[in-house]
Amino acid sequence: MSLTSQDIDRIANLARLALQPSEAEHMREQINGFFSIVEAMQAVDTTGVQPLAHPVAAIQDVQLRLREDVVSEPNNREANQQSAPAVERGLFLVPKVIE
Amino acid sequence: MKNAMHDMTVAELAAGLKAKTFSATEVAQHFVARAQADTTGSFLALNPEVTLAQAQAADARLSSGTAGALEGVPLGHKDIFVTKDFPTTAGSKMLEGYRSPFDATLVQRLGAGGAGMVTVGKLSCDEFAMGSGNENCAYGPVKNPWDASRVPGGSSGGSAAAIAARVVPAATGTDTGGSIRQPASFCGITGIKPTYGRASRYGMIAYASSLDQGGPMARTAQDCALLLSAMCGPDPDRDSTSLDVPAEDFTASLNADLKGLRVGIPKEFFGEGLAADVRAAVDGALAELTKLGATLVPISLPRTELSIPVYYIIAPAEASSNLSRFDGVKFGHRAKDFTDLESMYKLSRAEGFGSEVKRRIMTGTYVLSHGYYDAYYLQAQKIRRMIADDFQQAFKQCDVIAGPVAPKVAWKLGENANDPVADYLADIFTLPASLAGLPGMSVPAGFGTPDMPGSETGSAKPLPVGLQLIGNYFKEAQLLNVAHRLQQATDFHLRKPQGV
Repeated sequence: MSLTSQDIDRIANLARLALQPSEAEHMREQINGFFSIVEAMQAVDTTGVQPLAHPVAAIQDVQLRLREDVVSEPNNREANQQSAPAVERGLFLVPKVIE
Repeated sequence: MKNAMHDMTVAELAAGLKAKTFSATEVAQHFVARAQADTTGSFLALNPEVTLAQAQAADARLSSGTAGALEGVPLGHKDIFVTKDFPTTAGSKMLEGYRSPFDATLVQRLGAGGAGMVTVGKLSCDEFAMGSGNENCAYGPVKNPWDASRVPGGSSGGSAAAIAARVVPAATGTDTGGSIRQPASFCGITGIKPTYGRASRYGMIAYASSLDQGGPMARTAQDCALLLSAMCGPDPDRDSTSLDVPAEDFTASLNADLKGLRVGIPKEFFGEGLAADVRAAVDGALAELTKLGATLVPISLPRTELSIPVYYIIAPAEASSNLSRFDGVKFGHRAKDFTDLESMYKLSRAEGFGSEVKRRIMTGTYVLSHGYYDAYYLQAQKIRRMIADDFQQAFKQCDVIAGPVAPKVAWKLGENANDPVADYLADIFTLPASLAGLPGMSVPAGFGTPDMPGSETGSAKPLPVGLQLIGNYFKEAQLLNVAHRLQQATDFHLRKPQGV
């Protein structure tokens, strides 16, 4: 398997990353270099093996829990917005999306 | 006073503070001065005013009898933990100037009202904890105190270097694929990653959520036990993967006898790729363990090599998802010039992230994309279970597993700059325990001797080598016991880099 420059463009778009052409080419070479060590994985017979997400599930049942749907945090808008790039009247500003 | 404060362990400082031999304020002043004079580049943020205010509050609690277990003892936090009173960058330009509105759970538990420790500052790390040499930090590399031309290891490189340079007695780290154990090994200190789910991930900026785990780093196993006791315990409302396993006093069995302990030696950890000087140091530490009554048992972890592609599929996949939150809207960098919302996202992310982070986001996006998910991500998760099962097979024959942390000693700064895969391959011995979610630690085992054939270190200076100990789930106390007994019999953890 080898990624082409079109593949890189498609992935960069999915990842919302603007890559310069030279950066994209370098990225392509490096990712292809990495995938050469991934091939060993493809040869492993995993028929019937359940994927492992929470590692401790290897030995015991792990349930992802849900907490009660109640308000637990006080309104802390100012602190929560202090690091936002653009805020006005308590709202996050983004470029116009609806004409 | 017998020792300078910076040569004291956490245990000694805590005892001195309780006995009023010195005040928390005096201790804080001493360590802030050390941090300000630090030449390793370990710190990304200091705030002496905040540190001294915390120390004064600690003194008040020491006087009023409301002191925590480690009241007034200073520490540094890896800059991946969010803190209200210090900026948090995760080593990235993306978060330059970011201020968190809250403290991470582990910061809370170690700080005021918990263990009572005083924060000296925030410690450098690879950007979003992605790296093995701390060279991916957007604010510059960190120098290894044992040899300034070499990396401290990563991603918790600032934590390890600051402890080795006696700038802080202890620090937090995080370990996703070895990021506590490997820098601890490279800097000659002690560090432990607990079982996945034992220490809260709340407020730990996420890299790969099914692998990330915080833990302590210090000079001794006893100090690690003291910090870890304060760090572990359920955080049910804030970390959905936090386990319902109670906190534990990890110092309780530090001195337990090692007679009859079966130490598994995985043959895959001692193959061709292991440098001769590292092997010699590790063998020396294993010989010490046998003198203490342990028996070495040959075992096999047959999928050790596979852990590299499996990890470097799973971790980037999770990273690509976690890092999608950096969109230049609610926090983080926003590009100056853009035409619409989409170009704002794309340019902000292109400018804010460094090249290794972009590479992992790209890899992760690809392996999760339509048509590739089964072949890569799902296949990796299946092999992940096989790797975890291999450990359970091995633990039928042994109580703990021991081997090297890394195939060679700390490499030269810039040596792997154009070859990210070289860094990935160097993670081979730490990745298996990470994928299985097992507790693992690094304890000083000796030093690399560069003139040995096959060592290839090319350094005239001694470079630390760590012994890795891997335990079964929830067996942190046993690892710390083994490490502590080893430290009673050896002095590697007491040695200091030249000029420190």
